[in-house]
Amino acid sequence: MTRRTVTAWLLPLAATVAAAVAFSATLGFLPVSVTDVVAVLFAKISGQAPPADIDPVAATVIADVRMPRILASVLVGGLLGVSGAVFQAILLNPLADSYTLGISTGAAFGASLVIVFQIFGLSLPTSVTVPIFAFGGAVATLAVVLFLASGDRRLSSTSLILAGVIVAAILSAAIGFLKFLADEQVGLIVFWLMGSLAGASWANIALLAPAALIGTLVAIYYSRDLNIMATGDRTATSLGVHAVRIRLSLLVVTSLMTALAVSVSGIIGFVGLIVPHMLRHLVGPDNRLLVPLAFFAGGLLLLVADTLTRAVLPTEVPIGVLTALLGGPFFCILFKRRQRNGATAF
Amino acid sequence: MAQPHSDRRHRSLWSLTDINFSYGDQPVLHNINLELEHGYCTGILGPNGCGKTTLLDLLAGLRTPDSGSISFQGQPLHLWSKKQLARLLALVPQDFMVRFGFTVREVVEMGLHPHLHRFASPSRTDQMLIDATLQATGIAALADRPITQLSGGEKQRVAVARALAQQPAVLLLDEATSNLDIHHSLEILHLIRNRFHQKRLQVVAVMHDLNLASFFCDRLIFLKDGRVVCQGATGDVLTPATIESVYNVEAEVSTSTFTNSRQVSFRLPRSS
Repeated sequence: MTRRTVTAWLLPLAATVAAAVAFSATLGFLPVSVTDVVAVLFAKISGQAPPADIDPVAATVIADVRMPRILASVLVGGLLGVSGAVFQAILLNPLADSYTLGISTGAAFGASLVIVFQIFGLSLPTSVTVPIFAFGGAVATLAVVLFLASGDRRLSSTSLILAGVIVAAILSAAIGFLKFLADEQVGLIVFWLMGSLAGASWANIALLAPAALIGTLVAIYYSRDLNIMATGDRTATSLGVHAVRIRLSLLVVTSLMTALAVSVSGIIGFVGLIVPHMLRHLVGPDNRLLVPLAFFAGGLLLLVADTLTRAVLPTEVPIGVLTALLGGPFFCILFKRRQRNGATAF
Repeated sequence: MAQPHSDRRHRSLWSLTDINFSYGDQPVLHNINLELEHGYCTGILGPNGCGKTTLLDLLAGLRTPDSGSISFQGQPLHLWSKKQLARLLALVPQDFMVRFGFTVREVVEMGLHPHLHRFASPSRTDQMLIDATLQATGIAALADRPITQLSGGEKQRVAVARALAQQPAVLLLDEATSNLDIHHSLEILHLIRNRFHQKRLQVVAVMHDLNLASFFCDRLIFLKDGRVVCQGATGDVLTPATIESVYNVEAEVSTSTFTNSRQVSFRLPRSS
């Protein structure tokens, strides 16, 4: 990666995300100006009271209602984007994402379980238990998939994908059964399964921000190894890359990233699949550039989607639906254009 | 076509003692004892499934034997770190597949990996090495093309370029020219042979084509059913008797003044 590509892509994209954050905070039931948003944020960060000339209600709305949700959408999108890029690189498959290995489905099962417990009278505070169970479900699923795939000792992408698809299929059936048990309350499960950032708080940000930072840095640290792993294990190993060890550690790291993101937002599909994919069309497959870009592009996509559903659309549409509706057609256009240029699809 | 280097030390490159290897319960190599000496292009030959590629993987440290010991440059192979080995050994696999659309140049640059610090970019000298390698392997014109768009033969030349960019002391070829037409095969083998003479690049090559092997290798090792059938200087071991016992074909070996090497003609045994 040259300095030129950093300035050509990374800085503009990061700046766009920052601008989008500020602009998104002005949108909503209570209109405020960009300068007010910046002033309130600056005050919040430096620990001072918001400037006196700004309506205190607006200041509270910006600082404690909109901002956590906006930042959560950027962080969740970024986490999903980076994990998607890494999943695709380690599984040597441009169609892989957190669903391929059943991680997201495991999280969905965990969350559905709590919601069904609820219906059967076990009163657990859902705001705490749903994230914990979703996280636990994702981690347990990863453990099972790794156990199933570890038979060949090389942890090949084929065994991993096969194990993931089997486990995901079983979990999907189990979720179907839980929905059936939930009967009239099924809406609660369905809503969680389609994702929402409406409940995001500063506590969530305190959890997501370090996870996003550490996870992305780990992925960047291994990005050159990831490039080389695209030449196959044999060549990669002969170049001194510990392919199996890196695959295992990155699998654990990215699964934890996905699990954390999903435990806050519910299931948001498509971001992990489409963001790295689109970026590969635009800047090529070099993971040293792709991984950091996937963070900002994922964050931007989810922020736009969440802002639309929060402030622009007349009623809140589940964000998972919006990401697919926004990203899908864009992806189709890229896909067709690339075929017309005579290039192979991936 | 060449005399081995007059290396005074003539020390052993690899030394294999009582090597056994199996995939699960399927034995592949039995009691292999071999000395691979410094200063030769060594060819490993034998029928399909005789364990040639496995033997190469063992030499490269990509697999560990079930029993027996391998030493490389006098030191047990398992004591070498992957990174140390990667600075000395480069492998050209038979089917070089890259899963994402990296450009040819990016792929060749991957050869620098064991020599570069994790976050370092290639230096000017490195860039010049890459340019020279692209030129030498005849793929300079393809440098900016995604490797996924190349033909099999072009990809194979990229694989060779990538291995050369690794600046190894030893080049391991796993049927590296099997997918190339005769012109490109000869070009690649000549290039490697030149590196052998000029830069003392050691070569161990698994090969299928006996005539190319005869022209390219100073020493040959014949494997059959996971055992070493015979080994020695090409002129001594490339005989009708060896070929018949290894491949079960009748052969005639003659010295060709045209290629300045021994050449083999074959036919199926009459009785079959």
